[in-house]
Amino acid sequence: MRRPLFFLLPLLFVQCSHPQVETVVLKGSDTELNLVLQLAEAYMEAEPGVSISITGGGSGVGIAALLNGKTDIANSSREINAYETAMAYERGVQIEPFIFAADALAIIVHPSVGLDSLSLHDLGKIYAGEIRDWSQLGGKPGPVSLYGRQSNSGTFTYFRERVLKRDFSPDLKQMNGTSQILEAVKADPGSIGYVGLGYLTDNNGALREGIRVIRLARTNGEMAVSPLDQNMVYAGLYPLTRPLYQYTNGVPEGKTKTFLEFENSPAGKKIILENGYLSAREAGLAGNLEK
Amino acid sequence: MKSRFFWDTFFNKTLSAAALVSVLTLAGIFLLLLYNGLQAFSTIDIAEFLSAAPWNPAAYDAPVFGIGAMLFSTLIVTFGSMLIAVPLGIGTAAFLSEMASPRLRNLLKPAIEMLAAIPSVVIGFLGIVLVAPGLAQVFDLPNGLNALNGSILLAVMALPTLISVSEDAIHAVPDYYKEASYALGANRWETLLRVTLPACKSGVLAAVMLGLGRALGETMTVLMATGNATAMPHSIFDPVRTITATVAIEMGEVPFRTPHFYSLFACALVLFLITLGVNIAAERLAARLRKKGQ
Repeated sequence: MRRPLFFLLPLLFVQCSHPQVETVVLKGSDTELNLVLQLAEAYMEAEPGVSISITGGGSGVGIAALLNGKTDIANSSREINAYETAMAYERGVQIEPFIFAADALAIIVHPSVGLDSLSLHDLGKIYAGEIRDWSQLGGKPGPVSLYGRQSNSGTFTYFRERVLKRDFSPDLKQMNGTSQILEAVKADPGSIGYVGLGYLTDNNGALREGIRVIRLARTNGEMAVSPLDQNMVYAGLYPLTRPLYQYTNGVPEGKTKTFLEFENSPAGKKIILENGYLSAREAGLAGNLEK
Repeated sequence: MKSRFFWDTFFNKTLSAAALVSVLTLAGIFLLLLYNGLQAFSTIDIAEFLSAAPWNPAAYDAPVFGIGAMLFSTLIVTFGSMLIAVPLGIGTAAFLSEMASPRLRNLLKPAIEMLAAIPSVVIGFLGIVLVAPGLAQVFDLPNGLNALNGSILLAVMALPTLISVSEDAIHAVPDYYKEASYALGANRWETLLRVTLPACKSGVLAAVMLGLGRALGETMTVLMATGNATAMPHSIFDPVRTITATVAIEMGEVPFRTPHFYSLFACALVLFLITLGVNIAAERLAARLRKKGQ
């Protein structure tokens, strides 16, 4: 119901003719959706007899499904929160986190805004509604038009915790998905939006037109880094690099385990990089994948 | 004889049971909304709930539960859609009933009713890719995802019901009313405006109310096409977030039995009461108009 475009896609449900089909169910983050889909397709090709079913809906939806026993793996682009941890404890769900990839969150603006770098501090002020005109930052005068995701998105929560540390401006336009943010930013001359790194390039790996990617600095005066500069990102200098999580109930077994191992294999890593995401280990975020 | 009596009783009882099920379902829904919705007010101040404080139940610091901006948004989107749909719908209905040849009418009426079969996601999608960019261009706006966009889409969705029901009402006006009017020298336009429409106003009003109900409760389309900003809108060109969209966005991830959970039921309860109010008002008004007409 909540994110129609994503919800309506019965994203992947391959029924094999193999007599003993083992099904692995994944649910959650829309940020991770495309990537996990690609990984699952490659995995199912390599291992017939396994059926993987993936749906989106947002990180919160995935974790809720894990707590309710409705999914084997919860995809989440944010860390599980205190409330969910308490709930898991209450229900006897043993949360096991895996970090299978990393993503850099890119800040994009309409080219006419006339800025190409920002500090995290100023970015927070913009999204909190404290800076309302681009001229306040030396850009072309004109009102700031904010684009983001709805509150059930892991990216919404991550951005709020990492950048704002306060509430979003109520003038934030809450889009249904990342593609919608991208299209809206292209069309709106005073716009700013945030999208995952994977969305910046088209299918041929070329940078999308009609948007400008902002270089970000941790603090005012520090060097501003573009998320497209892979060396800088891997060196940990881009401030909005985040781990992408998958959570299971208890230590994974059977096909859930082999799927997680596949994601961490060289073949899996190749797919992760091809889709514009980052290797978790090289981004310095590797979790307990080696288990 | 005996078997006839048996079947008679059997069908009587079956049909009563069917009617009872739908009444009980409605009562059940109302009680559920009431039970869960009212619990919200054990923790949330009712004055805050009804205020224009921006809705932010999952706030960084302290949650804020204010339905005012959403209520206002719902109302402007809905009434905006009625402003578009009512003249268009009644005009179309009058044309179909009074002017169109029977062949054209038999072609157009099913075609219009087919509009109702378009799923709301499709309408919402068209809103995103077609209507919103168009609005942005025409009114020179940064973004077309706003209240007006929602109103236009909801008008499209309300039109089939509105046209179909009011066409039936206009068509049901006895011919001798019109003949009398023509005999007095009135032309077709005067007859339509002064005789036919006043004679069937209760039916037309029912059609408007049905369309209004459809627009008030519509969720998917407005969720997709109105921009969903929680701030109080200042004009129809501002992005808005309706009550239905809020419930739809937040219900899926809200932890059960928390103030946030109950507050969503309270939102639904407010919406239910509005729709109920609209329906009761329509029923009464229609009954009064019918009495006067006789």
